[in-house]
Amino acid sequence: MSTQSYYVPHQSRWPILASLSLFLMAIGAGGYINSLGKEEVSGFSGFSLLIGALFLAAILVGWFRNVIKESMAGMYSDQMDKSFRWGMSWFIFSEVMFFAAFFGALFYVRNLAVPWLGGEGEKGISNMLWQGFEAQWPLMSTPDMETFPGPKEIIDPWHIPLLNTVLLLSSSVTVTLAHHALRKNKRDAIVIWLAATILLGAVFVYFQAEEYVVAYEELGLTLHAGIYGATFFILTGFHGLHVTLGTFMLLVIWVRVMRGHFNPDHHFGFEAVSWYWHFVDVVWVGLFLFVYIL
Amino acid sequence: MGTLEQTVETEEHHGPARGITRWLYTTNHKDIGTMYLWFSLIMFLLGGCMALSIRAELFQPGLQLMAPNFFNQMTTMHGLIMVFGAVMPAFVGLANWMVPLMIGAPDMALPRMNNWSFWILPFAFSMMVSTLFMEGGAPNFGWTFYAPLSTTYAPPSVTFFIFAVHMMGISSIMGAINIIATILNLRAPGMTMMKLPLFVWTWLITAFLLIAVMPVLAGVVTMMLMDIHFGTSFFNAAGGGDPVLFQHVFWFFGHPEVYIMILPAFGIVSQIIPTFARKKLFGYASMVYATASIAFLSFIVWAHHMFTVGMPLAGELFFMFSTMLIAVPTGVKVFNWVATMFRGSMTFETPMLFALAFVVLFTIGGFSGLMLAIAPADFQYHDTYFVVAHFHYVLVPGAVFSIMAGVYYWLPKWTGNMYHEGMGKLHFWLSFIGVNITFFPMHFVGLAGMPRRIPDYALQFADFNAVASVGAFIFGLSQLLLVYNVIQCIRVKRHTTAQVWEGAEGLEWTVPSPAPYHTFAQPPLVK
Ligand code: HEM
Ligand SMILES: [Cu+2]
Repeated sequence: MSTQSYYVPHQSRWPILASLSLFLMAIGAGGYINSLGKEEVSGFSGFSLLIGALFLAAILVGWFRNVIKESMAGMYSDQMDKSFRWGMSWFIFSEVMFFAAFFGALFYVRNLAVPWLGGEGEKGISNMLWQGFEAQWPLMSTPDMETFPGPKEIIDPWHIPLLNTVLLLSSSVTVTLAHHALRKNKRDAIVIWLAATILLGAVFVYFQAEEYVVAYEELGLTLHAGIYGATFFILTGFHGLHVTLGTFMLLVIWVRVMRGHFNPDHHFGFEAVSWYWHFVDVVWVGLFLFVYIL
Repeated sequence: MGTLEQTVETEEHHGPARGITRWLYTTNHKDIGTMYLWFSLIMFLLGGCMALSIRAELFQPGLQLMAPNFFNQMTTMHGLIMVFGAVMPAFVGLANWMVPLMIGAPDMALPRMNNWSFWILPFAFSMMVSTLFMEGGAPNFGWTFYAPLSTTYAPPSVTFFIFAVHMMGISSIMGAINIIATILNLRAPGMTMMKLPLFVWTWLITAFLLIAVMPVLAGVVTMMLMDIHFGTSFFNAAGGGDPVLFQHVFWFFGHPEVYIMILPAFGIVSQIIPTFARKKLFGYASMVYATASIAFLSFIVWAHHMFTVGMPLAGELFFMFSTMLIAVPTGVKVFNWVATMFRGSMTFETPMLFALAFVVLFTIGGFSGLMLAIAPADFQYHDTYFVVAHFHYVLVPGAVFSIMAGVYYWLPKWTGNMYHEGMGKLHFWLSFIGVNITFFPMHFVGLAGMPRRIPDYALQFADFNAVASVGAFIFGLSQLLLVYNVIQCIRVKRHTTAQVWEGAEGLEWTVPSPAPYHTFAQPPLVK
């Protein structure tokens, strides 16, 4: 609670434009997805989705540039800085809850729904639905193998996933080293550690993509492969998207460091991205444990 | 509540911009609050028209006015529009207007994002309402959109519904983040947490609930999207999934959601009753703790919506008892409101009438909730009109009445003019009578076994249904008075003072009426 006056920005064009582009994306995505199974894929919808997404990206660039300029001009008080901190922390909390929904789904099917379907436990009577179905996890053979052919094999956790764990954990270390360097104002060290973090993130995404190719082409582990595939891809997929986004954010921060935007006392932009990166990392540890190993 | 040391500074600031861009580009919490409130009013009227078409069809047994599928679209859209379009935005609008004024902040913490939160909504709802005109019709699976009705058997428009829900979620999360940041960070010096007005406290906790559960809603609609279009089997037992999983995830969002719609209402009523009883709120601290306990409990009761779905006995018991526990903090609140009024020198202006009706009628809804919480009894009540009666008692004379109370209470502060007291009272009495005629008979038909969400019914339910339909039209039409009163209050110059209400306390009553475009550019000092 400070007594200096708080900066309230004047009118801004960004939010309404951003809403408009979200709208274009949503109608585009809706129409496009709905046309997928039909003879003709809706070109108009695809176009709308694309334009909306490009617009949104451009708007975010403009909006953030706006904010960065204001920040560089010293318009933000410590109190403003705190608002940003609260904002980012609660945003990350909302992301945690988003993943929690999928983890919850995984635990539920694994520990309750699938065993019941296989005739175990108090609700085992649901086995009547699919007689002869046997519960197991990972679920290799689904009740209806024609519609949902279960996977032939699953990903071995001790190859790519283990490697990816090492990569992501070390990237958490490098981003922290960059932060320490920033506090000591050692520009060269920051640039190097950040570059290392970005590289680790990018390699992670690359391996993840490769894993998907293997899963689809060799293991029969697909979105159609029953509940194991569904939970596998939704969890790792959203995580992969977050790593990709985080890598972009790191890239932006890297450029900003090189342009001398941060100083040892004022670098909330940097910290926000590093919080986000640690969050992505923690989610991965959960994934490695509950999706791959157990 | 602390008193003000320095009076409000009225240093001249730039006023609002001219023309439409004022509203499109604004970063002002009052402008944004106003837009939220108008938007909510429009949605309230639209959702109301849908409700009236439902009641018109149910006036008599048999099918009169519409095909069953259209009836289903009406119940679905009515629920979605009222929950996400009318009640939630109204509370966010009130928060936008009042939270900065109540804590002595110059604006919301993140003003541009505030604008974004609002402007997503008109787009999201245009998309949602447009599904009515799509091939296959609008969503027809109920506002709870249970799988597989909403996946395997859904109309194609479900895809647009899913994206509309995503947009609303983004809007709510950003709005909630803004409110939390404002309350935690922008309080005037001396405004400690335990001096916060209760409306601010309840909104702080509501915002927390929103951030915790809106992402879960996003998660569940995403799983639906995957099941419908990308071949996954989250909610399909043929692939090892489970339709009941849908219900668990949905209600993990859904139950806190109903508290999102009632906690700010508790806050508003806790502001209004002390003003018109001319006494301090009884048990301030216990109100805060009760709100927090309700929020906590709301995360561990979700499966009381699923007693009949087939849960292990331990689950039935756990969710039964945890649900009943909620009645304790809720009881604390009702007790405190009554104790505040006890030996107060009360007057009965329109806001107070709505607040009093809230206390009585919300409590009726709470009691029917307790009945539903008894798992073995719920096997009887579930999916009958008794449930409809329950949640309409907590939502209409509960949430909606509190919004109306708040609107009458703060309108003079917003417009600088007094509304017409006689017309306000008329609006109240017609609403009060209408609401009870509509929803009270639903308890009876529900207990007698009339199922919900069906356009036709057995003959023995005819009388009560006819009565309910008449009540619905009384209630619906009397809302035109609300529109009239608000517009009249804006246009007819009946100047009021900064204080407005003799017994009102708090920072919002220290700024002039109408509140200047910018307030508290220098924070006041609260002692
Ligand atoms: C004392 C507190 C309350 C208790 C014990 C309670 C209990 C319940 C129970 C057990 C049900 C499920 C009935 C069934 O489907 O068979 C239910 C439904 C419902 N309640 Fe409450 N409730 C309480 C307060 C509230 C409040 C404050 C609200 C909202 C402001 C609310 C909104 C709803 C809604 C919307 C439904 C129905 C959802 C649907 O199936 O469409 N309840 N309540
Ligand atoms: Cu509930």
